[in-house]
Amino acid sequence: MRYESPDTLEAAAKLLASESGEARILAGGTDLLVQIRSEVLSPALVVDIKKVAETRTIKEEAGGFRIGAAVTGAELKEHSALKKVWPGLVEAANLIGSTQVQGRASLGGNLCNGSPAADSVPAMIAAGAVASIVGPNGRRDLKVEDIMLAPRKLALQKGEIIASFLLPKRAPHSGDAYLRFIPRTEMDIAVVGCGVSLTLDGSGTCAAARVSLGAVAARPLLVEDAAKALIGSKIDDAALEKMAAAARAACKPIDDKRGTIEFRTDVAGVLAKRTALIALERARKG
Amino acid sequence: MQERVKIPKFDVVGTRPVRPDGADKVTGRAKYGADHNVAGQLVGKVLRSPYPHARIKSIDTSAALALTGVKAVVTRDDFKDQSSEFVPAGEMLVNYRDVLRNVMAREKVLFEGHPVAAVAATSEAIARAALRAIKVEYEILPHVIDVVEAMKPDAPIVEDGMITVGVTPPPTKPSNVAKRVEFVLGDVEKGFKEADLVIEREFNTKPVHQGYIEPHACVGSVSEDGTAELWTTTQGHWIARAHCARLLGWDMTKLRVTSSEIGGGFGGKTVVYLEPLALALSAKTHRPVKMAMSREEVFKASGPTSGANVWVKMGVKKDGTITAGEAILKYQAGCFQGSPVQPGCMCAFAPYDLANVKVVGFDVLSNRPKVAAYRAPGGPISEYAVESVVDEIAEKLGMCPIELRLKNAAKEGTKAAYGPKFGPVGMVECLEAAKSSPHWNGPLGKNQGRGIAAGFWFNIGGETTVNLQLNEDGTLTLMAGTPDIGGLRASLAMMAAEELKIPYEKVRPIIGDTSTLGYNFVTGGSRSTFSSGLATVEAARSIIKQACGRAAKLWEIPEDAVTWDNGEIKPAGDNAGKFKPMKLSDIAKVAGKTGGSIVGVGAISAQGAAPSFGVHIADSEVDPDTGKLTITRYTVIQDAGIAIHPAYVEGQFQGGAAQGIGWALNEEYIYGADGKLQNAGFLDYRIPVASDLPMIETIIVEVPNPRHPYGVRGIGETAIVPPMAAINASAARATGVRMFELPLSPPKVLKAMKEAKKA
Ligand SMILES: Cc1cc2nc3c(=O)[nH]c(=O)nc-3n(C[C@H](O)[C@H](O)[C@H](O)COP(=O)(O)OP(=O)(O)OC[C@H]3O[C@@H](n4cnc5c(N)ncnc54)[C@H](O)[C@@H]3O)c2cc1C
Repeated sequence: MRYESPDTLEAAAKLLASESGEARILAGGTDLLVQIRSEVLSPALVVDIKKVAETRTIKEEAGGFRIGAAVTGAELKEHSALKKVWPGLVEAANLIGSTQVQGRASLGGNLCNGSPAADSVPAMIAAGAVASIVGPNGRRDLKVEDIMLAPRKLALQKGEIIASFLLPKRAPHSGDAYLRFIPRTEMDIAVVGCGVSLTLDGSGTCAAARVSLGAVAARPLLVEDAAKALIGSKIDDAALEKMAAAARAACKPIDDKRGTIEFRTDVAGVLAKRTALIALERARKG
Repeated sequence: MQERVKIPKFDVVGTRPVRPDGADKVTGRAKYGADHNVAGQLVGKVLRSPYPHARIKSIDTSAALALTGVKAVVTRDDFKDQSSEFVPAGEMLVNYRDVLRNVMAREKVLFEGHPVAAVAATSEAIARAALRAIKVEYEILPHVIDVVEAMKPDAPIVEDGMITVGVTPPPTKPSNVAKRVEFVLGDVEKGFKEADLVIEREFNTKPVHQGYIEPHACVGSVSEDGTAELWTTTQGHWIARAHCARLLGWDMTKLRVTSSEIGGGFGGKTVVYLEPLALALSAKTHRPVKMAMSREEVFKASGPTSGANVWVKMGVKKDGTITAGEAILKYQAGCFQGSPVQPGCMCAFAPYDLANVKVVGFDVLSNRPKVAAYRAPGGPISEYAVESVVDEIAEKLGMCPIELRLKNAAKEGTKAAYGPKFGPVGMVECLEAAKSSPHWNGPLGKNQGRGIAAGFWFNIGGETTVNLQLNEDGTLTLMAGTPDIGGLRASLAMMAAEELKIPYEKVRPIIGDTSTLGYNFVTGGSRSTFSSGLATVEAARSIIKQACGRAAKLWEIPEDAVTWDNGEIKPAGDNAGKFKPMKLSDIAKVAGKTGGSIVGVGAISAQGAAPSFGVHIADSEVDPDTGKLTITRYTVIQDAGIAIHPAYVEGQFQGGAAQGIGWALNEEYIYGADGKLQNAGFLDYRIPVASDLPMIETIIVEVPNPRHPYGVRGIGETAIVPPMAAINASAARATGVRMFELPLSPPKVLKAMKEAKKA
């Protein structure tokens, strides 16, 4: 196995594109190294992207934030400006693993590991995050909801690297939240995850909303019908019920060791309501 | 009837000194199984079956052996077959025919993860490559996983030609039922006729793993002259020696086994898995071979305890008198016979004084790893079912569940359904302590329910040796041979200090190896503080006797004219006051000149082990929308006899409760239709994490065991017996639904609540 740690994304993309065997990007390694050690993967080339400054920095841009793909959960938590505007996203990233894992785990890795249960992904989708991708043919943007296609399958071409994510400028009276259901209290994988982001107008009516679900289908879902149920409402019980029903209708889960179809579908509705209420509370304060 | 021992006042026993092994453990200096390394060692790895059931047609190791760095390969051909015969080991019986096949598959692989070959190589990477290079040809056979399925007449047969034992006339057709056992007291039919209320229920439990944090690991080193050393993490190194010597055909004296510090065993380390393989590989190479399991291997190929199907029927009068108890237990044994169904039968109704009991048990094979002992093996399963029915009876009669239990509680003189009459036991005392506990009388919040359940475990004694040597400066070195898993060294040093009237710090306890000490049976059956404690007391008393003898010599008076008076050696009778009293340290200084080193040996077969009863109170809170149960408060009340070191007794209580909470809420082996284990890791095999648990409160009840000089009963196992029923009862009240299946995982609880709402 060859290990490279280039300084630029262009060099990294070139290395990845020209490797004839299996090539993998290394961010925090909390997924990749586990998979290599358990012999699920045995890449011929590992390209560490952490020497590339863009992947490791958080900066304000266009009124929003640009977050490097390899920035760790712990670093997100320590960024008070980011945490103030996107508390749901930061909380989602900080649900990943334990304190030790937090010191390494990144948003880019969480998304590109390709698990439908990844915690930060519904939060990023709800936030309307856009990935900036660098590949052998240059740079392009892709919405986060369009990146993961199926378990372990991404819309990235050979040699493409997510450099950073852009979180858009926030309107006043906005809030986001993420909740997951796990049988334990920590160190577990989401049986259902839900991210909600919403904006209220001056009268407290929901002007904009995005609802995303994780672990209930082959890929994280952006549930537009659930958002529609909220938009134009005061987010009262009736709207919440309608949103929960839309969330449940969007679920296409599997029966597996972590939960049944019936359970996941039920709990998706429950979590959607609970998450929306937290986002609402935050929007009212914001 | 035996007299109750009055709880005497002790100087050391009952205090809470720091454990002698503590500093090394918290600083990382302590050596666990995988911490042992020897110069020149090879890495050993096991090739495991990918199938749950298949005939091995051929094994070709030539390509593996041809790899540079591969030093040896062993397969079934390297072990001589063993005849079928049962011998006791730990709390279970072993059959060397099966032990051998569990260590290395012969005719068939019987579970996913069954070893088919082992390699020794110069590096881990080469060892892995060697495993990939071994070609095994399998003829895949149909498999069976579930216990009820395995008992069906058309089920695939795990062990060819197996005929059920314990049935007359013997069946003519082979089946997966290895054994039927039955325990009967009185007449249950008569008992049910006397009852005003009869409840009959069927329960299902899943296999659960002991979940020790330290995976199995060992180093085996065989010299050119055939002598060998084994370092291993084990609950019993004499048993490990016996098993390895037997499987390898060696004289026991050639094999010296040292037990490492142990990161939990709970019964699961009374078995050999890697040890014979490491030794066999080392015998071929004459290089030390180190082997360690991954967590996945631990889950797939060690432990667990049985999953089971249990049917219980109980009859009760309006006043709460239980008139009869009947149960049928079907326990999974895994791929070889020997589930703990027999102790399960014996425990089922043990907390109660009943006239009519009938328990029938079946030991059933399936294509799973062979079960290993797990803390009170068999007891938690049957008692979960019985105690859940007892709770339902209390509810139906409108009686307090403590009062119902008090009315029927086993006490001194009660004849247990499994045979013996109890001596002094603490069931009533535990129930009384529960009744007046702050927890039982405390408030409950919204969506919360409270449950209570009792539990019983026998405890055992057995062969034990302790050496106590008096050092020149009057300090003592204590060598025991029951591996210290839960604070044993501290407790033994405390008993020695108490006997010898010296400070605790003056006794340094260590665990000896198989060549430096007489035989010791395993640390299991909650026996080590009881048995090694007895042997320690015997060794200490021998030291006192010898010291008095030395004083007699010095004073030139007869030995019987010297007495031991609370730490002082004094002339007595006519000679009283004639010589200055001596201390043990004075004798130590002159030991060399008065006859040589003073060593006390306690080599015993410990008799008089006494059972321990416990009562647990659990509060659980349900999230009504997701079915998730959270344990919000928990109290363990248990009879310890006397707590030598109360902090370590509390630790055992809390540990048992924590494991029981995992068993009750989320732990289970999950198999796919392909017969493969789907959750061989701590991510999806959900033992509780710290934040899942409330502070577990403890109440130590002390009804001393009259057969032990310090009243010890043994407390390690009982604590895992009551949790499942206590939590089940609390969940029934929190959710309004009675459930009959473990674990009480959120999908099941939510479904049960939804169905109850519909009905
Ligand atoms: C103990 C433990 C607990 C965990 N708990 C959770 C949990 O609760 N929730 C959860 O969601 N996950 C959990 N995880 C999984 C893991 O920690 C997260 O998915 C984490 O975010 C991965 O980030 P990383 O930087 O470590 O990724 P890496 O392991 O470095 O990479 C993961 C994958 O993404 C690819 N990749 C990484 N960065 C990029 C990029 N910029 N562009 C393209 N591809 C890239 C890699 O090639 C690799 O295939 C846990 C893991 C462990 C070990």
